[in-house]
Amino acid sequence: MNEAAVEKPVVLQVENLTKFFGGLRAVHDFNLTLRQGDLAGLIGPNGAGKTTAFNLITGIYLPTKGSITFNGINLVGFEPHEITRTGISRTFQNIRLFNDLTVLDNVMVAFHPTSGYSLVDSIFTTSKFQRREKEIVEKAQELLEVMNLSRFQNETARNLPYGEQRRVEIARALACSPQLLLLDEPAAGMNPKEILQLMDMIHFVRERFNLTILLIEHQMRVVMGICEHITVMDFGEVIARGVPREIQENPKVIEAYLGKGAANAA
Amino acid sequence: MDFLPTVLSLVKIVVVIAYLYGLLWVLGVRVGKKITIGKQSFDISILVNALGALVAFFVVQLALTDFNGFSLLNAFDAGLLYQACTMVMVALGLNLIYGFNGQFSLGQWGFYGIGAYAAADVTYRWTNGDSRGLVVLGSGVVIGMIILVLINKALSNLRRMPVLSSFTLYLIGALFAGFLAVNVGRWVAPFLDPYLGNALGPGPLAEGAALQVVYFLAVVFAGLFAAGISFLFGLPVLSLGSDYFGIATLGFSIVIYTLMVNSDTVLPFPEMKGGRGMIGIPKLTTWAWAFGFMLLVIIIMRNLIRSSTGRTILSVREDEIAARAMGVDVASTKLLAFVAGSLFAGLAGGVYAHYIGFLSPGAFDFLVGFNPLIIIVFGGLGSMTGTIVAAFGWIFFLEGSLRELLGKISTEAPSWRYVLYPLSLLLLMLVRPKGLLNTEWGFLKARLIPLRRTNAQQGGTNHE
Repeated sequence: MNEAAVEKPVVLQVENLTKFFGGLRAVHDFNLTLRQGDLAGLIGPNGAGKTTAFNLITGIYLPTKGSITFNGINLVGFEPHEITRTGISRTFQNIRLFNDLTVLDNVMVAFHPTSGYSLVDSIFTTSKFQRREKEIVEKAQELLEVMNLSRFQNETARNLPYGEQRRVEIARALACSPQLLLLDEPAAGMNPKEILQLMDMIHFVRERFNLTILLIEHQMRVVMGICEHITVMDFGEVIARGVPREIQENPKVIEAYLGKGAANAA
Repeated sequence: MDFLPTVLSLVKIVVVIAYLYGLLWVLGVRVGKKITIGKQSFDISILVNALGALVAFFVVQLALTDFNGFSLLNAFDAGLLYQACTMVMVALGLNLIYGFNGQFSLGQWGFYGIGAYAAADVTYRWTNGDSRGLVVLGSGVVIGMIILVLINKALSNLRRMPVLSSFTLYLIGALFAGFLAVNVGRWVAPFLDPYLGNALGPGPLAEGAALQVVYFLAVVFAGLFAAGISFLFGLPVLSLGSDYFGIATLGFSIVIYTLMVNSDTVLPFPEMKGGRGMIGIPKLTTWAWAFGFMLLVIIIMRNLIRSSTGRTILSVREDEIAARAMGVDVASTKLLAFVAGSLFAGLAGGVYAHYIGFLSPGAFDFLVGFNPLIIIVFGGLGSMTGTIVAAFGWIFFLEGSLRELLGKISTEAPSWRYVLYPLSLLLLMLVRPKGLLNTEWGFLKARLIPLRRTNAQQGGTNHE
C-alpha cells in the first residue's frame, strides 16, 4: 500500500476546547488532530493544562466550550465509562491500579463492558457464563504474556515494583481494546534503563495493537525519542506544534521551559 | 460451681465452626466428571454439592430433633442457630456494600427492620383472615419492579441527567405502583379471604403447605420490598462521598426506627402496634427455612462476587476514577451492591420475624445495627468466610458461652459482655487488622474458572 500518498483517516479531532475552573482558564482554544497510527506528544511546563486536556477528552471534566470528535462521534457530554467503551483508554500520572486485586483481576476488570453475559448468567453460573469467563481469563492471560507480566498474574498489584505497576496499568488500558491510547506521564519516576524499555514497549504496543497514541511527558528524551508530532502547551494555550526537531529549536518553547532570556542566550 | 454447661457451650462453638468449614468444603467439591442425559451433559459436581448441602442440613435437623426428651441441641441453641443464620445474611449484605464495594452503610439494620415488619405483616394478616397483606405487597413489588425497569430503559438514552431529576421520576413511578397495588388488593382480596378461615379455625389456605408457601412468598417479597426502598434511597444518596453516605444511611435507620415506633398512628398499620411491639406473628421459621435462605444468600453472593460484575464492584472500592476509565459504570455498580446488600438484609428480617414471633422497634434501634458492622470487621472486610464464621461465632459466643459463664458470677454480670467484646474488637484490630480469618474456605475460595498456569509458576521453562 502506498502509505505516503493516502491520507490516513482522522481518529481524534479536538476543536476550540476550552475549560474554565471558576475564573481560571485551564485550557483555552485547544485544537488537536490525530490520525490513525499517530504517536503524538503533548508537553509543557507544570500547570500548562496538559492533564486537564486529557481529563476533558476522557470525560472526567465537562468542557466549557468546544468539541471532541472521535471517529465521527461527538464525545462532549459522554460519561467517562461511555467514552472508554467507544475506544479511548488511558493511564494515569500517579499510577491508579486496583491495589488489593491481583494483577490478573486488574486486567480482567477492563473486560467487563465486553463480558457478554448478564448478572443472571453469573448468579446461575450458566454455561454461557463459564464459556465467556474462560475467554476473558484467556484474553487477560494472553495480554499479560505479551506485556511480559505472566509471572505476576496472582500477585497483588500493590506488591509489584514500580516499573511493573506501570506495565500493568498499560496492560489494563489495552484490555479495554482501545483504538486511541492516552498515556499520562508514563515515564514519571523511572530510571534511565526503565525509560529505554518503556520507549521500546510503546512502539511495540502501537504496532501490535494497531493503536493511535497520545502521551503527556516531562522527560524530554522520551518525547523527543519517540513522538512523531509534538504539541506544546503553556498557560492553557498551544504555543507550538511540529516534529521534535522544530520544537527543540522553537524560541517560544525554550522560553516557556527555561524562562525569558534563555531563548536569546541559546 | 458447675462448669459443664460453659465447657459444653465452648465446645459448641468449635463444632459450629468445624461444621461451617465442612459445609463450605462440600459445596466447593469439584468432581470433574460429566454425565450425559440425551443431548445435555451435566457436571456431576452439582449433584455432589447438593447432596452435601442436604446432609449438612439433616445433621443439624437430627441434632434438633427431640428423641423422648433428649435432643443434642435444645430450643435455646436452635434460637441461636436461627439468629446466626439471619446475622450471616445481614452481615454478608453489609460486607458486599462496605467490604467489597467500599460504601460505608449504617442503614442495613433499617432494611432488616423493613423486611421483618413487611414479612410479619403479611403472615399475621393471612393467619387472621386477611389476604390483603400478601396481595398488596406482592403486586406492589412486582408492579414496582416493572415500572422501575421501564423508567430505567427510558432514561438510559439521556446523558448527564441530574440525579435528583431521575430520582423524582423513579419516586413517582414507585408511588404509582403502590397506588395500583392497593387497588389490586381491594379487588383480589375478597376472593381469597373466605379460604383463610376465621376466629373458629384456619381455612384451607392458612395451614399446612399453603401457609409455608405464603411464608416463603412473604419473606421473598419483603426482601424485594427492602431492595426497592434501598434503590430509591440509594439513587440520590450514593452520589455523595462515602462518609456522607454513611451519615445519610444512619439517618435512614433512625427514620425507619421512628416509623416503627409510630406505625399504628402515623402509618396505617394498627396491627403493628407501634412502640408496644407486634405480637402474634406465626412462628414459621424452621431450620430448613433458615438454612435454605442462608445458603441461597451465600450462593448468590459468591457467584456475584466471582463474576465480571463482582470485579467491577471491587474495582469501585479500589479506585473509582480508574474504574470509570476502565469502562465501569460506577454509579450503577454502587447502586447494584447497595440494593443486593439490602435485599439480603430484607430476607434476613423476614426470617427473623417468624423465628422470634414478636417484633419490637427496640430490636431495630440503630445502636443494635452496629452488630453486623462489628461482625464484618471481626471476620475481615471483603472476606465472605470471615463474615459467616464471625456471625456464627459472635452469636454463639456472646449469647451462648459468655452469657453462660458470666451468669455464674451474678445475675447482673452478663451485661459485662458489652464491655468485653468491644475490648476484644480492639485487641483484634491491633493483632490482626485484616480480620480474624484472612482466607476463604472451599466453596468461596475457588476461582470459578481455573487459570492456565504460567511458566514461572511451574518453575520450569516448559510451555503448556
